[in-house]
Amino acid sequence: MNKPLPIRTRTEAEEALVATFDSASSNLRGASDLRAAAMARFVKSGLPDRRVESWHYTDLRSILRRAAPVRPGDFMPVERARAGLASAEAQTHAARIVMLDGIYRPDLSDLALLPAGVTVASLADALAEGDAEALGALTGEGQGADDPVVSLNTALMQDGVIVRVAAGVEAARPIAIANIMSGGAPHAAFVRSLVMVGDGAKLRLTETTAACDESETQVNEALVLRIGDNARVDYVSRVVRQGAGAISLHTLLATLGAGSEFNGFSFNPGVGVDRRQMFVRLNGRNSTLNLGGLSLLRGRQHADSTLVVDHAVPDCRSREFFRYILDDESTGVFQGKVVVRQHAQKTDGAMKSQAIMLGDGASMNNKPELEIFADDVVCGHGATVGQLDDDQIFYLQARGIPKPEAESLLLEAFAYEALELIADEQLRARFIEQTGEWLAARGAA
Amino acid sequence: MLEVRNLHVSVGDRKILDGLNLTVKDGEVAAIMGPNGTGKSTLSYVIAGRDGYDVTEGEVLVDGVNILDMDATERANAGVFLAFQYPMEIPGVATMTFLKAALNAQARARGGKELQTPDFMKKVREASQKLQIPQDMLKRALNVGFSGGEKKRMEILQMALLQPKLAILDETDSGLDIDALRIVADGVNALRAQERSFLVITHYQRLLDYIKPDTVHVMARGRIAKTGGPELAHELEKTGYAGFVGEAA
Ligand SMILES: Nc1ncnc2c1ncn2[C@@H]1O[C@H](COP(=O)(O)OP(=O)(O)OP(=O)(O)O)[C@@H](O)[C@H]1O
Ligand SMILES: [Mg+2]
Repeated sequence: MNKPLPIRTRTEAEEALVATFDSASSNLRGASDLRAAAMARFVKSGLPDRRVESWHYTDLRSILRRAAPVRPGDFMPVERARAGLASAEAQTHAARIVMLDGIYRPDLSDLALLPAGVTVASLADALAEGDAEALGALTGEGQGADDPVVSLNTALMQDGVIVRVAAGVEAARPIAIANIMSGGAPHAAFVRSLVMVGDGAKLRLTETTAACDESETQVNEALVLRIGDNARVDYVSRVVRQGAGAISLHTLLATLGAGSEFNGFSFNPGVGVDRRQMFVRLNGRNSTLNLGGLSLLRGRQHADSTLVVDHAVPDCRSREFFRYILDDESTGVFQGKVVVRQHAQKTDGAMKSQAIMLGDGASMNNKPELEIFADDVVCGHGATVGQLDDDQIFYLQARGIPKPEAESLLLEAFAYEALELIADEQLRARFIEQTGEWLAARGAA
Repeated sequence: MLEVRNLHVSVGDRKILDGLNLTVKDGEVAAIMGPNGTGKSTLSYVIAGRDGYDVTEGEVLVDGVNILDMDATERANAGVFLAFQYPMEIPGVATMTFLKAALNAQARARGGKELQTPDFMKKVREASQKLQIPQDMLKRALNVGFSGGEKKRMEILQMALLQPKLAILDETDSGLDIDALRIVADGVNALRAQERSFLVITHYQRLLDYIKPDTVHVMARGRIAKTGGPELAHELEKTGYAGFVGEAA
């Protein structure tokens, strides 16, 4: 992004996005300076293509041929929205916070279930009221500021929620943010949420992106997560039920206070194009970061996990563990950058990405990067791309297990080892079930 | 039970089995001894149906049916069992899960009913106790981090549960301590029956003191070079294989 790119003509999608901003800016409430500046950055950068290093393997400029329109928040009747929500359910005990087509919907949310010490407010309201704290927190610490997808999100954010967990509060039940798209004709949403977890607080947070049908939705979500000192957040994000042409762009901007712990996992059982970018900054000593992910892809699906882990202070620990199962002609991308700043001594970092290729046409792109400026650190990375092990399959077959079942057993095992990172048993069980369904569909094909 | 006729097997350009003939009768325990690299494991893999071996000539009949066209799964379901010289490690698959998958697959293939979980658990518990396999080992990923001897015991546990017609034990005694050798041999002896045959591949007479073979075959240079009774094993202990390697040359 630092190198100036050659001038080029705007694509149809870029034109449409700029036009959306121009026509909608009167409806977009609050933060007008922030939005305008972000749009100006987007106008300059355009959609990222292969020449933008961090987007090299996910050429959004050619993927996003047509930018779908944003829909009014009341497009879908409440009753149908409720039915659509049911399909996105993974936890029975969570307090659900619902965004429908990008707009926060208290009427669809379980506000009565919100645990004590947790409040939820509309982002759009806060921006309209000029809430200084929200505005200040909204861009994280400027991470990803020059990322075109973040710029678009900032310029076009329709709504979202501000979740506050008071200091010292252990939220008694998980908060499940659901970004639901009503579906039908292709449509887009831009959602920005802000989760602020006070010192010593504990939060289990789930974020689901789903559509009510298999339509071609385009969702651009950003979640700003501020984790206070000695706080702990267990976060799971997942995509469910979207069409083959769906494009899901998700950005996490997280900061960790001293002594805090952040466990993040993303589960992708297969959508059209999914890009998860995670910018995480360890800002206080003795904090721990665990990021994991599992992607199960088939057809021409594409999943990209791009991480920037920034060790800004000494004595922190980070682990990244991402697995991919790639069938048919699907594509996996793992880009993990770990930055250890000069004074961030005693950093302990380890990053791993592993892929099993099932399809002859599948491909995996790995780009681990370590930028280490401190001298007393332990940091490593490893990436493996392989096939199922023939010897293991033979061993299972020699015990009477049919080959497809033997493959499923091995793939299940591979997937479980990633899913084990999820602390919430109900979610883990649901994902194991979905992995089973994914494998069964493979066997049936 | 087992009839191997004029079996020729190569891997790539390399000929490993060179016109091997072998018959194992119903209820018979046959031992195969022979120098390293002579093709004993290759024979066991070819019978079990491992890919990567070119059978250029010959037949392998189990109960009169040529099994060479079957895949490994079908052979297992037809009653062929191989206790591996080097059992594979299967990360992430709990031993119990694997045992259940194997037992159920074979039950299904034979048109039987799958075992209910409590019955299955009881069966596994009993069989593993006999082999002195601790229960917590069954919760671990199959063979991962198991000691050499533990892996071998696990092979025999699988055999005991699957009750094959033809069991091939490829150096099951290697890696076993003296006590484990006796436990494993007892496990094998308990399964000896008129409708079950064993092909026991070993380098050591000691195993054959515990599992008394009916016949002993000497394999050299890809063939059976000599066949005799249990006394042949004792003879080999003294003379070694020099005569056979020479004879075949
Ligand atoms: N896949 C293979 N590729 C090349 N050579 C092979 C392959 N498998 C076996 N061989 C060779 O075939 C020969 C026979 O091997 P095999 O493992 O069957 O011997 P063995 O009699 O079981 O020996 P041991 O007593 O040491 O277990 C060896 O020389 C071995 O190197
Ligand atoms: Mg061998």
